[in-house]
Amino acid sequence: MSDPVQMFQVAVSFEAFSDLEFWTSVGVIAGIYVVFSTGLQMNVGFTGIQNFGQVGFMAIGAYTMAILTAEEGWNFWLSLPVAVAVAVGFGLIIGLPSLRLRADYFAIVTIAAAEAIRLIALNARDLTNGAQGIFGFDDSWDSISESIEEFIIDLGWTDVPAQFPLFLVTWGLAVLLMFVFSRIQSTPWGRVLRAVREDEDAARALGKNAFAYKLQSLALAATTGALAGFLLALSLKFVVPDEFQPLVTFIGYVVLLLGGLANYWGVAIGAIIMWTVLEGLRFLELPLSETKIAALRFIILGLVLIGLMAFRPQGAFGKREEMVLGE
Amino acid sequence: MEAGQLAGKRNLILSERFANASDRFSRAPGWVKAGAGVLLLDLVLVLADRLPDSIGEWALLLVIFAATVAVITRLEDNPAVIAAAVLANIVAILVLYHGLHDVAQRGINGLSLGAIYALGAVGLTLVYGILRLVNFAHGDFLTFGAYMAYLVNVTWGLPLVYGVAFAIATTALLGIALEKVMWAPMRSRGAGMLQLLLMTIGLAFVIRYGIQFIWGTELRQLDVNRTDTVNFLDLRIGRTQLIVILVGFAALVGTGLMLRATLLGKRMRALSDDLNLAETSGIDTSRVIVYTWVFAAGLAGLAGVFAAALTQLQPELGFELLLPIFAAVVLGGIGNAFGALTAGIVLGVVIEWSTFVVAPGLKLAVGFLILIIVLIIRPQGIFGRARAV
Repeated sequence: MSDPVQMFQVAVSFEAFSDLEFWTSVGVIAGIYVVFSTGLQMNVGFTGIQNFGQVGFMAIGAYTMAILTAEEGWNFWLSLPVAVAVAVGFGLIIGLPSLRLRADYFAIVTIAAAEAIRLIALNARDLTNGAQGIFGFDDSWDSISESIEEFIIDLGWTDVPAQFPLFLVTWGLAVLLMFVFSRIQSTPWGRVLRAVREDEDAARALGKNAFAYKLQSLALAATTGALAGFLLALSLKFVVPDEFQPLVTFIGYVVLLLGGLANYWGVAIGAIIMWTVLEGLRFLELPLSETKIAALRFIILGLVLIGLMAFRPQGAFGKREEMVLGE
Repeated sequence: MEAGQLAGKRNLILSERFANASDRFSRAPGWVKAGAGVLLLDLVLVLADRLPDSIGEWALLLVIFAATVAVITRLEDNPAVIAAAVLANIVAILVLYHGLHDVAQRGINGLSLGAIYALGAVGLTLVYGILRLVNFAHGDFLTFGAYMAYLVNVTWGLPLVYGVAFAIATTALLGIALEKVMWAPMRSRGAGMLQLLLMTIGLAFVIRYGIQFIWGTELRQLDVNRTDTVNFLDLRIGRTQLIVILVGFAALVGTGLMLRATLLGKRMRALSDDLNLAETSGIDTSRVIVYTWVFAAGLAGLAGVFAAALTQLQPELGFELLLPIFAAVVLGGIGNAFGALTAGIVLGVVIEWSTFVVAPGLKLAVGFLILIIVLIIRPQGIFGRARAV
């Protein structure tokens, strides 16, 4: 500790650790993954369908919104419901033929469909501007964001982090979704969903159209995927194909399993744990390059996934009696 | 909530309509089904490419269409023959539009891609069929093999042949080690398929980012000849590409012979058919499983070196190949090594041909589209037998 340079580094690191600006943006990402994974939770945890194409719905939501607003000159607020509708429509197109398939086939079909969407976004340059992406769709949001910021400044907090309004909206939406989905789960509709998960044939024998319920579950997942897509686009301020790699869905699964299956509020716990650990890793003074630290984060992610599946397949806070991965 | 229920009612009707329509269609006579399918395919091909510009072309197009429908109607029951007829239909239209030379030239590029897919798919399908393990880390086995060859070939400066041998050996060892550490214990605990699937995703992260940790993300190249070409019947083939095709096909033929003619191959196929039955009839299943991993991982290592020799090394090399390899596995019928082998080669060629009508960046999307369509029409794959799907 006698070396002044070293002391300086530790001090910088501590300052960064308490950097509100930084943690606000981490909070936004975590919140986006909560929104993203509530739909996954409904599919995987409550309906027993293994949707591996959630990122595709996110891409469709973000791209439809961006194209309609920035290129077609639509009103931002009008573009949102239309983009959700497009994502749901795509969910139905994928779900209608493939939800009849075995679980592993369904997993492969959904991941392939999501990749096809990313490749189309990358190559349909006239529509999506290819790898350069789309900018300039967030004017309406910016004015709202500013008024939220002014409102907070009026309350007496002057150095509001730039992404704080988005943070509020993201977590507001996340909490709303978790609340609404939890309530849905205790309605008759939600109980049929669990019945389908537990025993599809029995549900059918009781006269329930199991296929339609699965399709509706997938449509709701597409909705949350599209919502997460809007939030991601607003936080990045652009939409590029590279943000929609299959990795996003896999991270969604890690969030889901960390929080536990069949528990909507667990998604928030999972997202907070995961992003705190992943981003907190930056502040360990590791003598490693940026690439190596990035790689290390994903190695840890992989080990967590392996460990969870090996020793706690219901997820860290999941209910064993509701476990659905055992088959 | 109410919105959800309303949407529910509409979907119910929608899905029932869908089911009724598909029922009606499946009861239609064979020639109607064949005609509708081939018509749709040909329409897509023609519209994506261009409309015929002379009476002669129109006539030939009609002949091709009629011949395909006739063949398919006659041989309704054999999906492999139908697939071949559909393929012949595509080839005929492409040759009509672009000439034999161009079709053959791109077909050759497709063969080297197909060899890589097939090498990856044979191992993946064996593991999938025998262990019910949907291995999302298989692509990263390819990457692992490629970097092992890089270590020998570039870092140590030895000829690539040693690199290939080292890649196959180390990837096979990785396969055995993972079987002992992860898969055998998980199986004995009765882990479910999706539990294992998520573990393979975690494993894929560990391998891929372990490689990134050591070698970084920059593009690297194996020390291979990238400029020499061989001319054959007016077609240009890169020297490395030719080697990949020849060695790849030799390895595939060897694997095929091993599976068909040796006792080990017979046992592997027996396990793939029914693991419990194989165990009951006295096969030492855990030994056969270890050999299966040796083959699966070794072939993946070889495929990885080939992919690296034709393109460049980067940590996502194998993952980018994984989905088309999965497509080959599913098309060939899960657990069916010969099916995967054929489907891999055909898929490589068809994907390359698709660049006649779509942007090259979209050729993989075409592969996924084929996968999805075949899964919808025939979930057990083209060469698979009807099982529970």
